[in-house]
Amino acid sequence: MNDWGSHPLRRLLEGCPGAVQQTHAQHGDATAVVASDRIVEVLTFLRDDPDCEFEMLTDLTAVDRLGETPRFEVVYHLCSLSRRQRVRIKARVAEADPVIDSAVPIYASANWMEREVFDLYGIRFEGHPDLRRILLYDEFEGHPLRKDYAKERRQPLIGPRN
Amino acid sequence: MTEPMTRHAAEALEEDLERSLHTEHQLLNMGPSHPATHGTVKFLIELDGETIVNIDVQVGYLHRGFEKECESGTWYQAIPYTDRLNYNSAILANIGFCMGVEKLLSLETPERCQWLRVLSGELARVGDHLTRCGAACLELAAMTPFLYGIEARELVWDLQEMLCGARVTSNYVRIGGVKHEMPADFPGICREYLARVRVLLRDFDDVITRNRIFVDRLKETGVISKEDCLRYAVTGPILRSAGVPFDLRKDEPYLTYDRIDFDVPIGETGDNYDRYLVCVEEMNQSLRIVEQCLEHLEKLGPGPVNVFDPRVRWPAKDRVFNRMEELIQQFKLVTDGPRVPAGEAYHAIESANGELGFYLVSDGSAIPVKVRCRPPSFINLAPMGAMLRGSMLADLIPTFDFMNMIGGECDR
Repeated sequence: MNDWGSHPLRRLLEGCPGAVQQTHAQHGDATAVVASDRIVEVLTFLRDDPDCEFEMLTDLTAVDRLGETPRFEVVYHLCSLSRRQRVRIKARVAEADPVIDSAVPIYASANWMEREVFDLYGIRFEGHPDLRRILLYDEFEGHPLRKDYAKERRQPLIGPRN
Repeated sequence: MTEPMTRHAAEALEEDLERSLHTEHQLLNMGPSHPATHGTVKFLIELDGETIVNIDVQVGYLHRGFEKECESGTWYQAIPYTDRLNYNSAILANIGFCMGVEKLLSLETPERCQWLRVLSGELARVGDHLTRCGAACLELAAMTPFLYGIEARELVWDLQEMLCGARVTSNYVRIGGVKHEMPADFPGICREYLARVRVLLRDFDDVITRNRIFVDRLKETGVISKEDCLRYAVTGPILRSAGVPFDLRKDEPYLTYDRIDFDVPIGETGDNYDRYLVCVEEMNQSLRIVEQCLEHLEKLGPGPVNVFDPRVRWPAKDRVFNRMEELIQQFKLVTDGPRVPAGEAYHAIESANGELGFYLVSDGSAIPVKVRCRPPSFINLAPMGAMLRGSMLADLIPTFDFMNMIGGECDR
């Protein structure tokens, strides 16, 4: 782990002791891997701490690391307009029960992005107000961005129902 | 003869009448292909008379598996897919993706390439804003400004065609460079066209900006506050119209934006009219930027537009045809694709709709593990339901227009 100097990640390491498992700054992107059961605490801290002030959850997505355990990585990109800073938060989610707490109570922007991750990766967000598919239709089977979903697999398009 | 009605009974009757005007709520399906919207999206609207009680915005009709496709080809094969994200400003998506890959490769592109990217990107931005404002006028029943806008966009697209051979799907930017140098007569023609675009923009402005009907339909409709913008991670002209001067070209300057003189217009109230004004001013600023790019490119003189890096750029054709090593190198690059070092990177640029980010993950092979496009259209559309609750059904049209939801980018 780096010594983060005056970077907001330093504050996070102090403010949420034990939550951060790993940090790096590859290509200049400050990144922290945090325990998935403490994600709400970490995001709340980063938003509310006067030295962090990450007002915006810019992006939320997931990565399927098929073959690794835990298999999935949920990736949050935060941005602070007042401090002109960005940080990336990652949390690992297990394949057997892919679930993580929802960030909607902290950032409203998480609503649609979590629905998208649920739709395409099948990761469930506990406490999401309206967790349903967003890009695909309800009858779609499986989660196409998972690495074990074959690209060639075809599913019949459903017609209108009356 | 009937008894005269008591005062109490009369009041009760009036109340009843009043109530009967608010009958039960009606569900209205609008879209996915509605003549008053550009963009394939469905609104499920709960109406009380003409007032929107609740609205469910349903996207996904243009989902084509952008990320899945990108994750099953080489890094180069993803570039044409980025063209198809936003048909109005394909070059901006090209730039965003390629800069993300360059970040993973730790590549610095030559100066000339950077100026060309800024130039082509700003032309694309003008085209995008012209479509947004023009189509908005059209959907508010003002045909003439739409035609002015489309005429100007056609000029801009002609310039793009000169640069990259295609009006819409540019496929202009390469990892570590651009496809090729601009034609020798480009600066002259570009200046001439820009002058005509300016005239058209002035005509556009004359005919619509102070038009009473247009102003009335835009003012105080689709309002979003600064705080809500931040909560919903709204970026681009919508955020700026709410009074936040956040523009990645200024705040996290990439390419040569830190050496260009331009202003970032902001609004005050965050309504549709402010959004319109912000877009119009951004077009003027983009034209200023294009002119500065031309000056710099001329001052810079001839030079490489591609980085010299055998990992990603193929060698010159005469060497490929005459030398064994270069032939092999080209063959490997084209058939296998360049290998990108393992790692992850997020790079965001200011597209016409807001922050267009690419989060790329590589495992060191020639096939990306993850190509996430942070789509401004998708994220900006999320608060639309909240913005329209309680307003009139007719306000949906201008609000949706100035959201500038582009199906290709929103649904990917």
